[in-house]
Amino acid sequence: MSAEETITGKSAGKLNHARKPTETKGGTFGGSAGRVSFRRWKNRLAHGLFLSATLIGVIVLIILLTDIVVQGWSHIDADFFNHFGSRLAENAGIKAAFWGTIWVIGVTAPMTFLLGVATAIYLEEYAPKNGFTRFIQLNISNLAGVPSIVFGILGLTLFVREFGLGRSVLAGALTLTLLILPIVIVASREAIASVPASLKQASFAMGATRWQTVQKVVLPYSLPGILTGTILALSRAIGETAPLIMIGAVTYLAFTPGYVLDPFTVLPIQIYSWISEARTEFHDLAAAGIIVLLVMLLSMNALAIYLRNKFQRKN
Amino acid sequence: MWMKSLKATGAVVLSLSLIVGCSSNANQSGGNDGGDDLSGNIKIDGSSTVYPITQAVAEEFMKENPGVQVTVSTSGTGGGFEKWTQGETDINDASRPIKDEEKEEAEKNGIEPVEIPVAYDALTVVVNKENDFVDKMTIEQLKKLWEPDSKVETWKDINPEWPDEPVKLYGPGTSSGTFDYFTETVLETDGKSRTDYTASEDDNTLVQGVAGDKNSLGYFGFSYYLENKDKLKPVKIVNDEGKAVEPSIENVNNGSYNPLSRPIFIYASPKVMERPEVQAFIDFYLKTGNELVEEVGYVKLPEDQLKESKEIVKEATKE
Repeated sequence: MSAEETITGKSAGKLNHARKPTETKGGTFGGSAGRVSFRRWKNRLAHGLFLSATLIGVIVLIILLTDIVVQGWSHIDADFFNHFGSRLAENAGIKAAFWGTIWVIGVTAPMTFLLGVATAIYLEEYAPKNGFTRFIQLNISNLAGVPSIVFGILGLTLFVREFGLGRSVLAGALTLTLLILPIVIVASREAIASVPASLKQASFAMGATRWQTVQKVVLPYSLPGILTGTILALSRAIGETAPLIMIGAVTYLAFTPGYVLDPFTVLPIQIYSWISEARTEFHDLAAAGIIVLLVMLLSMNALAIYLRNKFQRKN
Repeated sequence: MWMKSLKATGAVVLSLSLIVGCSSNANQSGGNDGGDDLSGNIKIDGSSTVYPITQAVAEEFMKENPGVQVTVSTSGTGGGFEKWTQGETDINDASRPIKDEEKEEAEKNGIEPVEIPVAYDALTVVVNKENDFVDKMTIEQLKKLWEPDSKVETWKDINPEWPDEPVKLYGPGTSSGTFDYFTETVLETDGKSRTDYTASEDDNTLVQGVAGDKNSLGYFGFSYYLENKDKLKPVKIVNDEGKAVEPSIENVNNGSYNPLSRPIFIYASPKVMERPEVQAFIDFYLKTGNELVEEVGYVKLPEDQLKESKEIVKEATKE
């Protein structure tokens, strides 16, 4: 019965709506009980749909994490961090990949931060608002959407071959810097643009130069946003495989880099190489590697949140 | 306020560089205890099929020669040759012989390719465990099934005695050396096969595909079959003598598993082999390395071919 009512209510509502939109609008409050209950039903339906859309993502994530932790947890011990790769699963570890990742990110971080923030300050504070500036901005936004493998090809031609850096930590870090620079610039620009104009004007009114204003007002105010953006961009860089394979980062080596021109490998490459091994013992090691990579990523994100909260409270 | 923010930023940068500093110390303490007089770097790139063998050899070689640093990458046979012909790497792992255009490129840069066979792989055709009608196949049947624009839709199209069920195909992607070998030897098309199959560069995906699909057929390297014997059924291949032969180490060794057993190589140039550490590495590869081959799921070279490979190296280093 109620289903029938709903259906008739639905068709009636539709007809009304189609024929006399103005009248239905006026009659909203006086609508029949069927139409109200139908609207409520639609609301519940929407609620359910959106909830399940949210849950799908969360549930898949939980399944994935549980699967990985169950598979890999038992392999994480001191040996796992102190051994290099090996053909024997029981001897294999992530020493080379772990330190390689830290080296690459350690070199990428200061370069991206300095270049990114400098560019953002220039674009927001110094650059004249003309066609050329808009052209630069457009290109930066476009660069943010370029697939990472393309940056790998660029890195191979430019850094590895032209500059003669070889397949080194520095070549890898420069490639990753280019890759995430657009993200850092966009995030920093947004942070800088959010500085209230009144604060800046007050600074100018006191006779401060543009640089003084940037230094004393704009940067301190926007630093939380800039740091969050930079760290999130770095956590993207930490998971990249394709551009680094392209520039010739190695898969197996039994030493850690001691200098920026040394060869290196990173965690995602090590994980991929274990996953594609025929022997299944290596798949468990890959899961353990994924746990380490996830912990690194989550700690970086936690650092971003911590920095944001710490500085925002002061402001 | 600004100064505090600056300090915090500085702290982040500093802690990163401190971490970096720590790892460099670790390296120095590890690298100096080598008693052997060999030293230097050997850069190896190339096929991911050959990678497990080269990695195993590099691991054992560095245990004996701690002064030498060997790095192994996996850009694929073609990607590796691209770097090797430019002189950017010392040795290239290859799951197929060098192509003419790659050879020209190498010679243009003064690099003379020396092809050293190091092991055998048996390209393995597999079907689902529940498949009870396919036992053996001929090369003609495989060709009919896989050739470009193949008309085969069901098992019945290959052999009228087989059921009228659709065939689901799994195979490596076009950039794989295994694909190159299969298309050249079985299809004689040089890099073309039918395209309506599930392609993956990761052989584990192919294993799972065939294992989970009753009407499937796939092909990949022997080691992946060896590790998943309980999930897959190998197809016997009718060889040039008309005998149906199962893929196995024994049958590859006695030459009866043909034409699907293939040699895999490493490439070096006489110039690179002049370096004592490279010379030592290649010698090691053909001595101790040959014993490691089966440990990682490949077929080692029979005695006479091993001798031949050693001859090749001797010839190349003489000049």
